[in-house]
Amino acid sequence: MLTLECPYCGVKAEETELQAGGEAHLKRYGPGSTDEEFDGYMFSRKNPKGVHFERWRHAYGCGKWFLAARCTATLEVFGTYPAQSTEPPADLQAKIKAKRPNWEGYK
Amino acid sequence: MAMKRYSAFAIARQAMNYHLGWERAWAAPQPKKKYDVIIVGAGGHGLATAYYLGKNFGITNVAIIEKGWLGGGNTGRNTTIIRSNYLQDPSAAIYEKARSLYETMSQDLNYNVMFSPRGLLMLGQTEHEVRGYKRTVYANNLQGVETRWIGPDEVKKLVPIINIEGPRYPVLGALYQERGGTARHDAVAWGYARACSAMGMDVIQQCEVTGVTTEGGKVTGVETSKGAIGCDKLGMVVAGHASVLAEMAGFRLPIESLALQAMVSEPIKPCMDVVVMANTVHGYMSQSDKGEMVIGGGTDGFNNYTQRGSFHHIEETVRALIETFPMISRLKQLRQWGGIVDMTGDRSPILSKTPVEGIFVNCGWGTGGFKAIPGSGWAMAELMARGHSPLTEEFSMYRFREGKFIDESVAAGVAH
Repeated sequence: MLTLECPYCGVKAEETELQAGGEAHLKRYGPGSTDEEFDGYMFSRKNPKGVHFERWRHAYGCGKWFLAARCTATLEVFGTYPAQSTEPPADLQAKIKAKRPNWEGYK
Repeated sequence: MAMKRYSAFAIARQAMNYHLGWERAWAAPQPKKKYDVIIVGAGGHGLATAYYLGKNFGITNVAIIEKGWLGGGNTGRNTTIIRSNYLQDPSAAIYEKARSLYETMSQDLNYNVMFSPRGLLMLGQTEHEVRGYKRTVYANNLQGVETRWIGPDEVKKLVPIINIEGPRYPVLGALYQERGGTARHDAVAWGYARACSAMGMDVIQQCEVTGVTTEGGKVTGVETSKGAIGCDKLGMVVAGHASVLAEMAGFRLPIESLALQAMVSEPIKPCMDVVVMANTVHGYMSQSDKGEMVIGGGTDGFNNYTQRGSFHHIEETVRALIETFPMISRLKQLRQWGGIVDMTGDRSPILSKTPVEGIFVNCGWGTGGFKAIPGSGWAMAELMARGHSPLTEEFSMYRFREGKFIDESVAAGVAH
C-alpha cells in the first residue's frame, strides 16, 4: 500500500486518502506557442520507468495539492514537497541521485 | 520451419507412437544480423502484426523480439473478453474487424484458441447509463455491429444468478452483444507464434531492446541484450512499456502506464454462461472453462511499472460485484495478478507512424487490448507494409495535437 506524507498537514496518508494527479512540473504553454509545444504540454508525458515527479492531492485529508518523487519501477517513495515548488528541492534530488546513481537527473 | 498440421488424425497417429513425435510449436532461433521488419513485443498484438505482414503482404523476413517470454505481458493477464460494441465509428471498425477475425481464428491458425461467442452484457444500472448504452446500440446498428438493448427480465433469464433489484444499483437493462464472448488468451499468442515460425519468421524470446539506432532521421536497427540487429522498419508493440521504447527512439507519446488487476475465484460448477460487465460499479465477470469466476475491475490512479496493483481496488471490485451477484460472496479468491496498461487520454489506441521514419507504433490499447488483437495486427501490418491503412487513419498519435479525439472514455474507459 502506497503511503505519502502530506507536506502541509504532516499526515502519513495511505493511498485511499489520496488522489493521483499525474506528472508534475509541466511547463505550461498557451497562446503564441507552437503546436508542438502545446501538444507536449497537454498530452506528451515522460511516463518514465524509474524516478517520477508527480502531483497528488490529499483528497480526504487537508484537501491540498502537493508533489512527490517516487520510483515507478519499485514503488519506492523518495519524498514529498509543497506544490509551490518550481522544481524538486536540491536535497531531495541529491537523495534520489544517491539511491539511483544511473538516474539522468531532473530536467 | 515446416509446420505439421494439428488434427484429429494427427492425434491418432501420435497415439500410436506414445505421443513422442510432437514437434516444438515454434523454433527458438538466435537473431540474424538484419531483418526487413523487426517487431518489438511478442504479445498478441506484436505476433498478430507479424502474422498479417506475412499472410497479407508476403513480408516474412521478420523478427519478433521479446524481453520476457511469449505472451507473458498483458496477453496473459487480461480477462479474455471479446466484444466490439464501441460508440465511435473508427473504434467499431477496428474492434469489429478483430471480433470477426476471432470467429475463424482457430481454423486460420490451425490452433484451437477456444473462441466462445457466448454473449456479452453491459448492464445499465443508472438512467444515464441506460441512455448511453441505447445510444451505443443505435450507433452499432448504423456501423453494422450487431447489438441490442434488452430489458431486466431478459437479463435475469440470461443470467439467473444476477440480482436485478439493487438496492443501490438495480439492473435496468443491458446492452447485449450476442457474438461477443471470450477466447483462450495464451492460445492466441501461441497460435500466432506457431504460424509466424512456420512462415520462416524468428520469434526471439528473452531478448531485451536496450536502444534504437537511427541515421538521418530513419531507423536502422535496435540494440538488444543479444546484440545489435538491423532492420528497415521497426514496429513497437509493447503496451505498458511504449513510453520507454519511444524514449529510446527520441520521442514521447501521450501515454501513461498504470496497473490494472484481475482475479479468479476457486472453480465452481457452471453457473453463468455469458460475460457480464457492470461499469457503473466498476466490475466485470465471466466463468472460465475451468469453472473459475474471472473478475476484473478498474485501474490504479498512479504511474506504475511493477505489475502489482493496490489492494483497495480489488476490495472495491469485489464489493460491487457481490451486490450484483450475491452468490459469489462465499467464494474464495484463488489468484490475483496485475498488468501494466498504456492509457491514452481518449481511451483509444494509437496505431501510427512516428517522428522517426520507419518506426511505427501500436500501443494505447489501455484496459481493452485483448479483444482487438487480430484487428490490430491486421491494421498494423497494412500500415507498416503500405504506409497507410483505412483502419488506422483515425488512430494517429498526432490526433491529440489536432484535437481529433476518438472519445471512448465512457464506452470503454473502465471495464473490458
